[in-house]
Amino acid sequence: MRAFTMVQWSPYVVGLLIGVLNLIALLLSNKVLGASTSYAKASGMVRKIFDKEYVEKNAFYLKTAPNVDWGFMLVIGIVIGAFLSAALSGDFNIVWVPAMWANEISGSFFVRFIVAVFGGVVLGIGSRWAGGCTSGHGISGTSQLSIISWIASICFFIGGVVTAFLVYGL
Amino acid sequence: MTKLHDNKGMQLFFGLLMGIVFGFLLHKGGVTKYDVILGQLRLMDFTVLKIMLSAVIVTMLGISYLYPKQKIQLHVKAGSIKNAVIGGLLFGIGFGTLGYCPGTIAGAVGNGYLDGLLGGMLGIIIGSGVYAAMYSTLKSKKIITEDRFSEKTLFEVFEGNPFRYTLPISGVLAVMMIILEVAGL
Repeated sequence: MRAFTMVQWSPYVVGLLIGVLNLIALLLSNKVLGASTSYAKASGMVRKIFDKEYVEKNAFYLKTAPNVDWGFMLVIGIVIGAFLSAALSGDFNIVWVPAMWANEISGSFFVRFIVAVFGGVVLGIGSRWAGGCTSGHGISGTSQLSIISWIASICFFIGGVVTAFLVYGL
Repeated sequence: MTKLHDNKGMQLFFGLLMGIVFGFLLHKGGVTKYDVILGQLRLMDFTVLKIMLSAVIVTMLGISYLYPKQKIQLHVKAGSIKNAVIGGLLFGIGFGTLGYCPGTIAGAVGNGYLDGLLGGMLGIIIGSGVYAAMYSTLKSKKIITEDRFSEKTLFEVFEGNPFRYTLPISGVLAVMMIILEVAGL
């Protein structure tokens, strides 16, 4: 199976197969691909360790219960699947600072760590505010022809492109 | 099918299995890498958009076939256009600084990116917790809203054969990808 040991496939083949996977998820699990809700559930699980009452009374966690469900397993699966593909193709590497960032911004892990945490916090707030992420809105919502998903996805990229140019310059 | 959908243990297993396939594909697409995602946001490498657009075309045409036959249900997020704009732009700022999104960061972790595991995942979980803490206030002050209109999808709005509009939309998306290829991006 040479395909499995190739580092990269055509983006069109990958996209087509993600589309097929999304249809299988609809048929077999009555779900669509989406990742961000699982992080909200994880935040509730962590908070629950310290303050059970807070989570039980919080309006958000009443709506998004902090439990392990299909979507949570999906995110765990993504880690495993990406590892399998990377390991099979000899592309698994421990990276502390991504090459582009190291070359153009800073080689320090501490700087990259702080920026990644900041980015993650803003992204976490934004994904809940918008109700989804690049997969939930960007692929699943848009393909169901939901108006808010199209608007959210366009805003993801407007915000992302402007920020990337602010970080790296024109 | 409903019986299968209600089988909790089986669904957890399916979630894991589909996640493994999803993660495998994300890595094979190259989007578990910071440099590829930032390449997209810096408009130098359009891999992310090519994957997304082809996935959208396939899912949309599949839904056009399955939905009228009542083989599947639609799952659209509640919210409003206002939430989508504010939340979407916030997400974009995070996307541009972190360099991963919630799905691809899980893939990046599997690929060995420790900035994603130690920094990004921690940040996303904290951010989601911050949102949970703000949620009631945002709602009572009507900063986040819900309107019934934006929950609708074109599949529900238009009666009859969905291919009437999904084929032309697919055509437009395909033309976008052809333009990207011709432009050598």
